[in-house]
Amino acid sequence: MKAHLTRRYLFSASHRLHSAQMSAEENLTTYGKCNNPFGHGHNYALEVTVSGRVDPATGMVCNLVDLDACVEREVLFRYDVQNLNAMEEFAVTVPTTENLCIEIFEILQRRFPHAHLEKVKLEETMMNSFEYAGGSEPRH
Amino acid sequence: MVYLTRKAEFSASHYYHNPDFTPEENQRLFGKCNNPNGHGHNYTLEVTVKGEVDARSGFVVDLKQLKEIMHREVLDAMDHRFLNKEVPEFVKQIPTTENIAIAVWQRLEPKLQKARLHRVRVYETPDLFVDFYGEE
Repeated sequence: MKAHLTRRYLFSASHRLHSAQMSAEENLTTYGKCNNPFGHGHNYALEVTVSGRVDPATGMVCNLVDLDACVEREVLFRYDVQNLNAMEEFAVTVPTTENLCIEIFEILQRRFPHAHLEKVKLEETMMNSFEYAGGSEPRH
Repeated sequence: MVYLTRKAEFSASHYYHNPDFTPEENQRLFGKCNNPNGHGHNYTLEVTVKGEVDARSGFVVDLKQLKEIMHREVLDAMDHRFLNKEVPEFVKQIPTTENIAIAVWQRLEPKLQKARLHRVRVYETPDLFVDFYGEE
């Protein structure tokens, strides 16, 4: 039997939305307040969904301890209380929540071997959220 | 096709233990959850059914009937129970959130008539949940 397991994590980070490919005016029109040169921050909520066969011996898709350790080591330690624009992966790429969501999916896909990574959902605020399933249609 | 979700809550206790493993293996795999005295959670259950909207009633499913089925088949059996000792599925299977979601599906699926079960979601805590979509 295959099941999907989702775990929710919280982290806080700052960013500024600014594209080097746009003029100052275009950046301001596109990003509005998010273009403020001093940046601003969010409390992000991250939901990681993994799937796999429920192991009859343990009743688990994967051990939650392994998932928590991986997300803490690879994602939370990296991004929590950081300025996203100062990070290597966002030196050129604009740290929108879309791009952060894709980046986190790709990190976990490389680093978490214990179950299939199904989807990453990232809430920037209580009012907006983003989902990425590696190019597949996210399942609901 | 329209999807309809009904929520319910139940509280239950459980522990994780596989009698085929040594006490050390059980402790290593399940940690604090291996305590044989059990511990409890407030579970939230979300049942999603799908179907065409009936032209006369405007319903996918009669919500009152769905609620009654959920109460009869799931909540009456699991609410305020020690899952390992009082729910037949968990005498042999470990009552993990994964297995609870599967058990809920297996209890509800044969009882639904017009609408088809799409997903069973069980929250063990607000930051951990399992989805089951039937056998795939």
